[in-house]
Amino acid sequence: MILSGNYAAAYAAKLARVNVIAAYPITPQTQIIEKLAEFIENGELNARYIRVESEHSAMAACIGAAAVGARPFTATASQGLIYMSEMLWWAAGARLPIVMGVVTRALAPPWSIWSDHSDILSQRDTGWLIFFPESAQEVLDTIIQAYKISENEEVLLPIAVAWDAFYISHSYEVVDVPSQRNVDNFLPSRKKYKHTLDIDNPFSHGNLVFPEYYMEYRYYIDDASNSSKKIIREVDEEYYKIFGRTYGGLIEKYRCDNAEYLFISLGAFSGDIKEAVDRLRNRGYRVGFIRIRCIRPFPSNDIKEVMKDINGAIIIERDFSFGKGGILSTETKSALYSLNIPIISYIAGIGGRDVGYEDFIKIFQSSYKCFNLENIPEKPIWYGLRVIK
Amino acid sequence: MNIVPLAYPQKGSAKKTGYWRIFRPKINYEKCIKCMICWLYCPEGSISIINNKPVIDYDYCKGCGICANECPVKAIEMVKE
Repeated sequence: MILSGNYAAAYAAKLARVNVIAAYPITPQTQIIEKLAEFIENGELNARYIRVESEHSAMAACIGAAAVGARPFTATASQGLIYMSEMLWWAAGARLPIVMGVVTRALAPPWSIWSDHSDILSQRDTGWLIFFPESAQEVLDTIIQAYKISENEEVLLPIAVAWDAFYISHSYEVVDVPSQRNVDNFLPSRKKYKHTLDIDNPFSHGNLVFPEYYMEYRYYIDDASNSSKKIIREVDEEYYKIFGRTYGGLIEKYRCDNAEYLFISLGAFSGDIKEAVDRLRNRGYRVGFIRIRCIRPFPSNDIKEVMKDINGAIIIERDFSFGKGGILSTETKSALYSLNIPIISYIAGIGGRDVGYEDFIKIFQSSYKCFNLENIPEKPIWYGLRVIK
Repeated sequence: MNIVPLAYPQKGSAKKTGYWRIFRPKINYEKCIKCMICWLYCPEGSISIINNKPVIDYDYCKGCGICANECPVKAIEMVKE
């Protein structure tokens, strides 16, 4: 089928046989929940659609649905995601399997509807697992995989699947939509856990705990997040066996064999980076690319393994933590601290500014000079900035 | 330990809350018409129906006075403890 990233997400939720959809419209996400409403209306999907008055309530409804054993889905972006933030912590703390689509969009002010990863990355400490697919196909595959990962008893954490506004959300491409029978085989119906609410044996959770116990529950979330790495790899392999597509688990290694220099990035412009890598390889540069598929759990060891024999890395990202630096580069640098590899951090494409493969070639060329001169800029470089103080 | 703390309902899980009370509701059974509105309105579930009569459990009644306020025949009086 020829689908946009948003429609691919709607098909994925339908194939996952979600029971409850609670969502509030926001550009550039609205098409997903419109399509799902259509599926319910024409009888293709048997689910309860809850029209809520805010994103905060949307997540609250998903929490309630997951707590009683249903499979919920929601989608949001930008301001809506931030409004939902309180409930994001609640969903992870209550250890409920929920999958949410986030179409990454810049935060206001100034008002913007274009892509920027700062919205979802600002929520990276909530306990949610966060995936960054690169294409509409991967959006579909990742949402189906996400239910399997989230509902695994070793994980039991909610998952956000985040893709770029417009570049992925509204661009159409050929998407292989798997058969319902194959998805049913891959993803059994939602299980009942020890903490799934039951009217015949009533209890509540999320109540007050005293300092003697709170810390343990936080440790359990971290422990589950770390164990999810193994599950993510296993689910990717199982998915490959049934559907013939694999994305490499936590990271995708693109032409990393015998590479001297690596790009590290995530999201939609990964395709342009791959194009730049191909062109630079044709010119004789030994360049590769690590595409981060999930930023939570952070694939520290996976990156480290590839980085062992590298002369330098260039991290390019569409997000920023004011007063510190790029979020991805800050996290990657801390994971690679013991390797002592020169790393140059680039901020590009903020607020949806277009960057293409020519830009990544330019970025490589100026970084290559820095690596050779052993003159590594300490501060992040804002690529293509009009005004520099 | 479970991955989340589970709380099973039980009587008085927050200990006896009746000692918070400043005013004690007292039912005058001669006036009471047994409409059970007090039983319905009690936010603490501290009023039970025993032998077709509303009976207040003073171990858990916090003395909010909603029963006295709702009683249509003013059969409940709030008396200072």
